Amino acid sequence: MSSAVFSTSAAQGRPFVFESENEAEVCSQAELFTEARPPQRVVSATFPGAFNFQDARLAGVTPASRLAVRPAPEMVSSGIAGMDALTGGLPRGCLTEICGPASSGRSTLMLAALSAATRRGEFCAIVDASDALDPLSLAAAGIELDRLLWVRCGENSHSAEHRLEQLLRTTDLLLESGGFGMIVLDLGDLPPQAARRIPLATWFRFRRAVEPTPTVLLAVERQSIAGSCSSLLIKLGSIKLGSMKLGASENQASPTPTHAQLLTEMKITAELVRSRMDRKPVRSAEITFASKTTWAG
Amino acid sequence: MPFACIFVPNFPVAAVSRAEPELRALALAIFEGKPPMEKLFTVNENAARSGVTSGMTKAQAELCSELTLRPRSLLQESVAHAVLLDCAQSFSPCVEDAAADTVILDLAGMESLLGSLPEIARSIFRRTAELGLDGNVAVASNPDAAVLAARGFSGVTVISPGKESESLGSLPLEVLFANRVFANQCASNEGAEKATDKEKESAGLLETLDRWGLRNLRALAALPEIALSERLGQEGLRLQQLARGTAWRTLVPVEAPAVFEEAIELEYPIVLLEPLAFLMNRLLEQICARLASRALNTQELRLTLELQNLTRGDSRFDASEISWENDPSRISSQSPAQHFVSGRQNKFCRTLGLPLPMLDPKLFLKLLQLDLNAHPPGAPILKIHLVAEPARLRSAQGGLFLPPSPEPEKLELTLARIAGLVGESRVGTLELLDTHRVECFRMRRFLPGGAQERLVSKELASKDRSRKHFELAEEKSAVAALRRFRPPLRATVTMENAELARVVCAKKKEVQGSVLWKAGPWRSSGDWSEREAWSRDEWDIALQNAEGIALYRLVHDLLGGGWFVEGTYD
Repeated sequence: MSSAVFSTSAAQGRPFVFESENEAEVCSQAELFTEARPPQRVVSATFPGAFNFQDARLAGVTPASRLAVRPAPEMVSSGIAGMDALTGGLPRGCLTEICGPASSGRSTLMLAALSAATRRGEFCAIVDASDALDPLSLAAAGIELDRLLWVRCGENSHSAEHRLEQLLRTTDLLLESGGFGMIVLDLGDLPPQAARRIPLATWFRFRRAVEPTPTVLLAVERQSIAGSCSSLLIKLGSIKLGSMKLGASENQASPTPTHAQLLTEMKITAELVRSRMDRKPVRSAEITFASKTTWAG
Repeated sequence: MPFACIFVPNFPVAAVSRAEPELRALALAIFEGKPPMEKLFTVNENAARSGVTSGMTKAQAELCSELTLRPRSLLQESVAHAVLLDCAQSFSPCVEDAAADTVILDLAGMESLLGSLPEIARSIFRRTAELGLDGNVAVASNPDAAVLAARGFSGVTVISPGKESESLGSLPLEVLFANRVFANQCASNEGAEKATDKEKESAGLLETLDRWGLRNLRALAALPEIALSERLGQEGLRLQQLARGTAWRTLVPVEAPAVFEEAIELEYPIVLLEPLAFLMNRLLEQICARLASRALNTQELRLTLELQNLTRGDSRFDASEISWENDPSRISSQSPAQHFVSGRQNKFCRTLGLPLPMLDPKLFLKLLQLDLNAHPPGAPILKIHLVAEPARLRSAQGGLFLPPSPEPEKLELTLARIAGLVGESRVGTLELLDTHRVECFRMRRFLPGGAQERLVSKELASKDRSRKHFELAEEKSAVAALRRFRPPLRATVTMENAELARVVCAKKKEVQGSVLWKAGPWRSSGDWSEREAWSRDEWDIALQNAEGIALYRLVHDLLGGGWFVEGTYD
């Protein structure tokens, strides 16, 4: 009987042994099927003429060996080597959240990811809830502007609800359209209480819509709001007073007068809070890296 | 050398039926003339069965309750004629425009491409029906025999070489004069006298032949040539050659102009978007079928709506009736700037430019609907005119190792929908301008299509070096981004000992507090010779807020004198 394939190994309490590591997820699903039954060996003998109730019940169950295994998502570079070392990159077909307070480096990370995506030749879209994107920063980050679709929400309206509605509907349309390598939802300037009004069902819908595509869905926000729908959650720490670095513009002839000293560098601290990519238990890890201003070269 | 002829019987009726396909099953009569002297010009079979004949006055015809009356539309007839030429051109490059309702195709060499002659004839017949015209198709070894067979036999007729006389023999003599009669009917007022002369001449000849007891072409073909020449002259001989199917002439090919336009004139003005969309859908399908028959796409659609002139005293459509703000499906009259006045009539024009050649009537309809929703015409519509600019088919070879890109048709619709949500000027890609002024960019249309790809491939080599440079730079550090406040937030700045001490922003509560850290000022100015000159000092400052420390860019406008918080470093 083919049903013995999954039930015997589970019933004996032996660990499942599969050739490829990816099939490990199958084990847990097979366990779900056998959890309710007492541990026992399934008898494979059949008697002619007798009706085997167990066989009838198991006939509709797909054997664990034939269950479709969801492949691990492809990881792409986030544009910052340190961040890639921490998270393994950004997963395609998944929702990634970057959250943190103002000046924590969220936009820096976002632009670095967009820059890496456009350099790979992908088309990207950014849905800007607060119309806060700075074109010069985009160009300085090395983003190929021809490959970036910018949707500026909130024309003639300062209401957060209206902007949020535009953002959600636009995201739905972009996900439905397909073909984008990365779609960024910039909720960075929306108050957390407004952003939290997005129902979890919406995030679930986004997750399901992006799942079969090679699109990286990136949400930039103040606090994590997508809950378990996000596959990767990166939290950025508030900037420290001593982490800013002063310097003179490269164009400025030395010696630099004190009043012409400019902000040239700021340190960003990132923490990996949640990742569904790893099979190991989630561990929190931190990195710190520097981001330079446009004029610092 | 085979030739095919497409003939559309009762052409004025066919032209109207093409524009309104639901009329095909009804008794239809076409009238013309100035009121009250309107007369029936032609009728369809159903109307003829009801006892209605051409030549009756409109008042007489109106007594028949089942009859549908339509005015003769020269516009529809010219469009139907263009369709006929398109259909012929889709099979052969050598096409003669014999009459408004007749085209002749040279099929030499087509058998190896399109199959046997009966197959080609059936294909032509199907294509004609697909384009909305019910025509007869005949194939013969010379053009005139094909024309006579198409006029005389309905459906598809194929005459084998050498059997023309036998095949055409049963046709009545009237088919020899059918072209002249229809041409005379279609003649304009200027050539009315000439047309009447020709009509009289044809009628005279037909009467003579009738008096001789000739009823069909076989009888005419059997007459002795010399005796016929003595009585009727060269015209008689020509008619006999036609009847025998031996007349030979060289085809006069025409090149059909690549003009794809469709129009509908409405009896009653329409005020709702839904019926307008219904009519536009019909026009778009017809135009797309014509373009497809010529293996073309379109990259630009021009919609022209003729609007009713509304006066203050107009009792039928007063202003309150066409300002439907609450009903989005109605055409609202909020954008009078969109019209221009041409003569006495208002014309409303919209042009739909497409990034790539496309041919999808559903997509075009949706795009036009979204466009009309955003730019309503503002008055009841009397006539719809749609023109498609033909373009060559899109030739795109997808690379095996290229990253995926949005599908152009889907993307166009998505962008139109997003533009409807956020505003037309707030979606697209950005282009930096060559200036140091703040906010120095403009929005452009997002074009991920072939042109951009070509551009990219050309510049690939030159960009390769700069990319490597970027990648090296990226390994070192990321670029700190600025998040702008649009518009900049006006701030109140307190100075202590000529130093920044405290910043308060009334509009945004979190942007206020003592200055913990600062860098600057960075002074810049520009456009001195222009009216919009600017001069400013910039500081980078750190303020404490509820979530921690935040870095802002503070600007002092040296010309205007105000302080502004322009954005935050993030």
